[in-house]
Amino acid sequence: MRTIQLEGVSIEKNGRQILTDINIEVRTGETLGIIGPTGAGKTTLLRVMDLIDLPSKGRVLFKGEAPKNEGERLAARRRIGVVFQRPVMLRGTVYDNVAYGLRIRRLSKDEIDERVEAALSDVGLKGYERRPAKVLSGGEMQRVALARALAISPELLLLDEPTANLDPRTSYVIEELISRAKMRGMTTVVSTHDLPQAVRLADRIVIIMDGRVVSSGSADLLLNSDSDDVRAFLHAGMLRPVDWRFIHEFARVSH
Amino acid sequence: MDEIARGFIRAVELIIELNPEVIEVTLRSFLIALTSVTIASLINVPLGSLIHFHHFPGRSGLINLIQTLYSIPTVTVGLFVFLLISREGPLGGYGLLYTPYGMIIGQTVLITPVILGLTISALSSVSEDIRDTAVSLGADRFQTMWTVIVEARGPVLAAVLLGFGRALSEVGVAMMIGGNIRGYTRVLTTAIALETSMGNLEISIALGLILISIALVVNTVVGRLQGW
Repeated sequence: MRTIQLEGVSIEKNGRQILTDINIEVRTGETLGIIGPTGAGKTTLLRVMDLIDLPSKGRVLFKGEAPKNEGERLAARRRIGVVFQRPVMLRGTVYDNVAYGLRIRRLSKDEIDERVEAALSDVGLKGYERRPAKVLSGGEMQRVALARALAISPELLLLDEPTANLDPRTSYVIEELISRAKMRGMTTVVSTHDLPQAVRLADRIVIIMDGRVVSSGSADLLLNSDSDDVRAFLHAGMLRPVDWRFIHEFARVSH
Repeated sequence: MDEIARGFIRAVELIIELNPEVIEVTLRSFLIALTSVTIASLINVPLGSLIHFHHFPGRSGLINLIQTLYSIPTVTVGLFVFLLISREGPLGGYGLLYTPYGMIIGQTVLITPVILGLTISALSSVSEDIRDTAVSLGADRFQTMWTVIVEARGPVLAAVLLGFGRALSEVGVAMMIGGNIRGYTRVLTTAIALETSMGNLEISIALGLILISIALVVNTVVGRLQGW
């Protein structure tokens, strides 16, 4: 069963080709890692999956159906949670931010209270409810953004470079939270340029370069690939296959 | 020089002793400006949101025109509204000329570009990331618009207050449409013009001090709201 499928998706913005002929499927319950260097098109790919950006060519199917209009896209989007690379806090308190998605779904006050408390507890921010969200640290904001996405109980969780610019300790906390969501069977897509992180979190990995999928499969398959594109990616990432092999083993041992 | 100093002292006395004429003119000015700014805000904040959130041919030209009209002379607006509501005009049958209602229409027209243009600017200052965050959390079009307006609430309120300040301090519309009728359409600005021409400097200065004080309060609040 597939949660989301991209079929021949291309995106062009301001005359620039961002994504070209992308074919990706995300199976229900799996964690898909999307790796690639900065500027490869990872963020745009996640925006397409969240149905925010519409493809210039190709189509996106959510649960086997391609939304035809904005109403259908909105209905699908309400079943997807997203955490952007740079978390944006809305006006108000931490509670207001986590409750935002629940309020617009017109849940009862009691249910909102319950879900906000559970989500904040999950991300280790219980007691932060009344704090103004815009003055939190970067790591705290990222955790609020994750709580905000988890509170709506999404069927698909999209994480765009969730630990970029965070210190190692906070990155570890965020990874733990993602692992817990994975253990609960949540379908997740994580984009990252951090190879060890992709290996730690993902069941399958897609490598994207210059807006094209250059390879996909399990970490082991990619590791043993003799594809020139994979080697090109490793080269672009300043990594030789032997380095990646080392990182792969290190990630497994340290996890 | 002595006359001016005496004028200032007498003006302060008039304010302290709550001179009935000074109070009446001040209250009328407030009421007319407040009604105008309420009507203009109810029309122009939603209209500004519509212009900001929708892309249509000629949009940037329209925004340029609105911004150009910020500094439209009040007498020009006065003339336009006069032609509209005078006996021969399309709204002549309603008897609005030389009434507070006519002044409200005139001031509403006068401050429309200010509130409309500054609302669009305020909404434009909100980061695209806020919009994306609202959309990604499942907000529909209206909920997204509302979220962006809430984010820009300080600058939008500042736009409304600037409109209030312009309505309160204008003289062209009040004079041409209101006619400066004592006890009916006389407001702070027209009263100052009249009393000065009649040589009653004490009352002119008293009314001027009130006007400056209100402008000072409005500007202070606007300054604070910008960062709210």
